[in-house]
Amino acid sequence: MEHHGLAAESLTLGYDSRVVVPDLSVVVPPGKITVIVGANACGKSTLLRGLARLLAPSGGRVLLDGKDIRSRSTRDVARVLGLLPQTPIAPEGITVADLVGRGRHPHQGWLRQWGPEDDVAVADALEATGTADLAERSVDELSGGQRQRVWIAMALAQQTDLLLLDEPTTFLDVAHQIEVLDLLCGLNRSSGRTIVMVLHDLNLSARYADHLIAMKQGQIHSQGSPQEVVTAAGVEDVFGLRCRVIDDPETGTPLMVPIAAPHLIGPGRFGVRSGVA
Amino acid sequence: MSWSLGALVLVLFVVTLCVGTFQVSVVDAFRIIGGAQIQGATFVVWDLRLPRALTAVGVGAAFGLSGAIFQTLVRNPLASPDIIGITSGASAAAVVAITMFGLNPALAAPVAFAGALVTATLIYTLAWRGAVSGYRLVLVGIGMAAVLNAVVSYAMTRAEVTDAAEALVWLTGSLNASTWSRLPGLFLPLAVLLPAALVLARPLRGLQLGDDLAAGLGVRTERSKVVLIVVAVGLAAIATAAAGPVAFVAFVSGPIARRLARGSGLALVPAALVGASVVLAADFVGAQLLGGVRMPVGIITGVVGAPFLLWLLAQSNRTGRGG
Repeated sequence: MEHHGLAAESLTLGYDSRVVVPDLSVVVPPGKITVIVGANACGKSTLLRGLARLLAPSGGRVLLDGKDIRSRSTRDVARVLGLLPQTPIAPEGITVADLVGRGRHPHQGWLRQWGPEDDVAVADALEATGTADLAERSVDELSGGQRQRVWIAMALAQQTDLLLLDEPTTFLDVAHQIEVLDLLCGLNRSSGRTIVMVLHDLNLSARYADHLIAMKQGQIHSQGSPQEVVTAAGVEDVFGLRCRVIDDPETGTPLMVPIAAPHLIGPGRFGVRSGVA
Repeated sequence: MSWSLGALVLVLFVVTLCVGTFQVSVVDAFRIIGGAQIQGATFVVWDLRLPRALTAVGVGAAFGLSGAIFQTLVRNPLASPDIIGITSGASAAAVVAITMFGLNPALAAPVAFAGALVTATLIYTLAWRGAVSGYRLVLVGIGMAAVLNAVVSYAMTRAEVTDAAEALVWLTGSLNASTWSRLPGLFLPLAVLLPAALVLARPLRGLQLGDDLAAGLGVRTERSKVVLIVVAVGLAAIATAAAGPVAFVAFVSGPIARRLARGSGLALVPAALVGASVVLAADFVGAQLLGGVRMPVGIITGVVGAPFLLWLLAQSNRTGRGG
């Protein structure tokens, strides 16, 4: 898949007169998984919405392939940049196949109606997300994990190089969180799609991200590889949480372990802290 | 689904033409439509029943489609034009113009259209908080409907008896005034608005998934919404202008169509066909129920629609979708 570049240049975003993200510049590395983390209300979802041209910037601009994203028609943009919001709405009674088919919207027009390539795109998307056998089911009947895979299938049917996801693992139990992230990671590795997502869980972010962006008060606090960003000092600064950082025994990526409160340690408890100030 | 609903409309249409105090055979009815002159029967079928049945189809389809668009757009089954005051706006404008400014009732349609549009704009503005939330729109609309109904009542109490009689059709929907001469006023705008609505269904399929996702799919959300609302208001307004605010047709058609056409998307065409069937059936029942007296169609749809509203409210409270 051909890569498209996404970047922000002195971007200022906000709602009404309240500025949430003041003057932020960032370049999304193409072909990589970028994860945005940060404390609640740090502006990470706002930044994602800004990058997806859902929020008109009050200053600066978002660049798609070096040109202002607003200079292109929104339908043109939708052919290279897909978005999965945090709480998409499934119409009552809609089938999986119909929902996934809605992802073809930007590829259709008043004259160009549903065609064979749309069928192929939908079938591929169902296949890639393991939802092909659910195609005729109603979305209402699905479990949370299945539903999220169907939404991702819809975004895939859009066939965009850039895929932006706002907290795709919220409301999922831990096994389904891993399932969804493994799916997205697999998509990145197999098709080279550029993925940008906001995640809540720092340890999962560190495991899946190629490029990690930590935000604080609407600004980028630090960015780089997970090893560079997830440090004890960094986590304390961004989240206000004291922690130790060890190696994830599975992947070698940094694993953040919060410092235990004093009453959790000591006689009668099996764990005893060692070697940390 | 659309085919069987279309067949239902056709059957109801033919029954309406044939059955009544003066019975006409199906064959004769078709011959009369083909241009044959049959003593007595031609007058009844061609001059009385046919314009009435055509008006019923047009009005029902317009209300059904308008309701389905509103409900889908706002993602709330309560957001149909007859609940949120759009048809009340049309009625109020027409009644005030007839009773207070002496407007010729035959010219009330454009006034009703303007009234509906102004009402919709008011509701939209009052419900606007950066973007329009469905629940706010419904609440503001219900309040607006109450105010407008008060305006209508006030105008009626102050009106001359003859004017009041003319304005009465604007209170309860009725097909009694349907004549050939009034049909173009209904069908010419419909010829524009029906195709427009179906073309606009494309962005609606995106908007159904939420504004953010629709925008991500390349839908120009706010612009599409405004255009869709104008078309839906137009449909409700011309239907109201032709037959008055036929109660609950816009409200019940969408949900019924969506239940019948389960899982197959927007169900706009089925909603229009359900609307046409409901008005045809209700008018037929209204004509048969009391022998010589024709009950206005709006009374029948009201009697059927009100329990449906209660059921829907109870249902949505149970599932916690807040209406």
